[in-house]
Amino acid sequence: MSTMTDPPKESFKLGMLIYDTRYRSITIQIVALIGFLILAGWLINNTVHNLAVLGKPIDFGFLNDPAGYDINQRLIDYNSQNSHWRAAFVGLLNTLLVALLGCITATIVGVVVGVLRLSNNWLIARLMTIYVEIFRNVPVLLWIVFTMAILIETLPAPRDFRGENPEASMMLFDSVALTNRGVYIPEPLFSRGLGDLPILPDRASDACAVPEDGGPVSDACGVFQVSLDMLLILAVLGAGLYVSGLIRKRADRIQNETGDRPTTWHYRLGVVAIPLLIVLVLLGFHVGLPALKGFNFQGGIHLRNSLIALWLALSLYTAAFIAEIVRAGILAISKGQTEAAAALGLRPNRIMSMVILPQALRVIIPPLISQYLNLTKNSSLAIAVGYMDLTGTLMGITLNQTGRELETVLMGMLVYLSISLSISAAMNLYNQRVKLVER
Amino acid sequence: MKKTVLVGALALAGLSAGVASAGTLDDVKARGTLNCGVNTGLTGFANPSASGEWEGFDVAICRAVAAAVLSDATAIEFIPTTGKTRFTALASGEIDMLARNTTWTFTRDVDLKFEFVGVNYYDGQGFMVPKELGVSSAKELDGATVCIQTGTTTELNLADFFRANNISYEPVPVETDNEAQQQYLAGACDTYTTDASGLAAVRATFESPGDHILLPEIISKEPLGPLVRHGDNEWGDVVRWTLNALISAEELGVTSANIEELSGGTNNPEINRLLGTEGSLGEMLGLDGEWAKRAIMAGGNYGELFEKNIGEATPIGLARGLNAQWTNGGLLYSPPFR
Repeated sequence: MSTMTDPPKESFKLGMLIYDTRYRSITIQIVALIGFLILAGWLINNTVHNLAVLGKPIDFGFLNDPAGYDINQRLIDYNSQNSHWRAAFVGLLNTLLVALLGCITATIVGVVVGVLRLSNNWLIARLMTIYVEIFRNVPVLLWIVFTMAILIETLPAPRDFRGENPEASMMLFDSVALTNRGVYIPEPLFSRGLGDLPILPDRASDACAVPEDGGPVSDACGVFQVSLDMLLILAVLGAGLYVSGLIRKRADRIQNETGDRPTTWHYRLGVVAIPLLIVLVLLGFHVGLPALKGFNFQGGIHLRNSLIALWLALSLYTAAFIAEIVRAGILAISKGQTEAAAALGLRPNRIMSMVILPQALRVIIPPLISQYLNLTKNSSLAIAVGYMDLTGTLMGITLNQTGRELETVLMGMLVYLSISLSISAAMNLYNQRVKLVER
Repeated sequence: MKKTVLVGALALAGLSAGVASAGTLDDVKARGTLNCGVNTGLTGFANPSASGEWEGFDVAICRAVAAAVLSDATAIEFIPTTGKTRFTALASGEIDMLARNTTWTFTRDVDLKFEFVGVNYYDGQGFMVPKELGVSSAKELDGATVCIQTGTTTELNLADFFRANNISYEPVPVETDNEAQQQYLAGACDTYTTDASGLAAVRATFESPGDHILLPEIISKEPLGPLVRHGDNEWGDVVRWTLNALISAEELGVTSANIEELSGGTNNPEINRLLGTEGSLGEMLGLDGEWAKRAIMAGGNYGELFEKNIGEATPIGLARGLNAQWTNGGLLYSPPFR
């Protein structure tokens, strides 16, 4: 007699979805998902329905109307007759500008402070600790407002530069003016410039019609214009750096083969600098100095106080966090690495730059991404100092003048989300490159 | 059900839109206080005094409405609003009325769905400059740096003015009046522009007001007035006729000094109707007969409020000008109480 029997063929019963542990967790998750979707749908449906009842259905048509207001800092051509779309775009570029400047400065300051905090010099290490603690523990909004107040109250007004014995004078051979309306610095000018390249021009429009004398088309042509001079210079610079890289690789190869490293710095400097100088001379490069005319300085590049205050405050604040991340990254590397490198005869600076930091980067980069995102999002505090970023234009003045709260705020959220995800994606790619290759 | 979900949804979206409710008048009576949106601080119009009491020309309108509806001119929750937050606060029902030197414009009335109940101050946008700048006309401001409160009609007027005169300027947007003063006094902007009444109020707070002048150009019409939400006509009527009662009282010679005497009955039937000794105007509004009497007693008639808060005897020193009664060549003209 065989005791072996086939296990009874279980027929699936509905109750098993709850009582059978194999299915229960899936059941719960599906029910929760359906519930969540119903709730979300319900909220959206009600919002749309009730807005329609209020006579304010969601409608993005207002974006094509003339904005009607002026923006002081604009990286592309803009006037008050342009659409709200363009005003929002001007704001977006301002957001990106301060985010980019801020991330670069914060990284440099943060790495330097983080390394110096571990210095053996008691005074330097303590000073850096004080810096980190002060900036980290005060809200960034206060830093922004404080920086702005200092700039406004301590620097002279442009009218102080006027007269026989002015109270204030320009610096660096009359090329830089520090005023309480911003800093004016010399601007690069090209007497034989190549003009601008319109991006996405609308050939049919009046703005893009070529003038009869064959001159350049008007500034209003295209969505925005890119300076051909700048493109040429960047191209020459890029090519120079590439050739310089090839020379370095060749030197590496020779060093690996023979043990002697050929002197290459003058070649490398030459291939970068000489073509660049030739291009600059051909384009007729000269600098335009700011000069006091009328109420304000004219000419030169005007870095407005709002930009400087926001940039400085965001950079210094975020740098305090980055410094801690860098310090943590360095401390995560075993002391044996330092001692081994020292035993090979490397000097302390080289130990840091060639042995410790490359390894520490693996620990540093993931939290660094969050700091970049924080800085970018904190830049939306710009309105506190009147910096016209995306929050100031689209979600500020446009919202106020059109009364379209939902539409503008939704668009703003979407844009910030896209910026943040782009930064994350770029930094994750970089992280892939430097992270430890695991076998 | 629909309503509670709506509130949740709107809160989630960071948006507040009007919720059609039983009626603001009933809500205010049931609550026992009036939620009144005012400026965050503009001397003469709405400003907390040293003892923390709100006072000013706009505040007086709130007090008159509270006195008419609740019989208590102090039963008010003052909610300070900025140029940016004021409309959202009103639309969401956070405040029952907004009395914050707000310009009556077509889009605010029609597109933003508000109801301007009248004009309590006829204003226009002007410019203030330091005397030492040597400017005597706004048209000489080519290339000047201009401080301007963001999110107001002044921003659009400014752009139009400079474009129409084909001159350039550099706008410096600021959030509040205080920041504008700070930047202006430090010389970070050459001129500050806002409603001429506001400029006079700001100048009055300076250490040496004589060093600053208002330029002669008035570049826009700015009828300022209290407003309520669209669609609640009963409440709109209460605020509208409270304002009209203050204006009519001045025209009819009813002051806070003689009102007790006049409410005993007079030969003038309009005064009698206004003060409730004749007819039943108050009941038609959903209030009692003495509503207007209480509103006038709260601070006085329009002329008294003007003189007390922003008139020539105050540091702000505004002349009546356009804001005189129509009988004196001004624009104030209340419809009859009949």
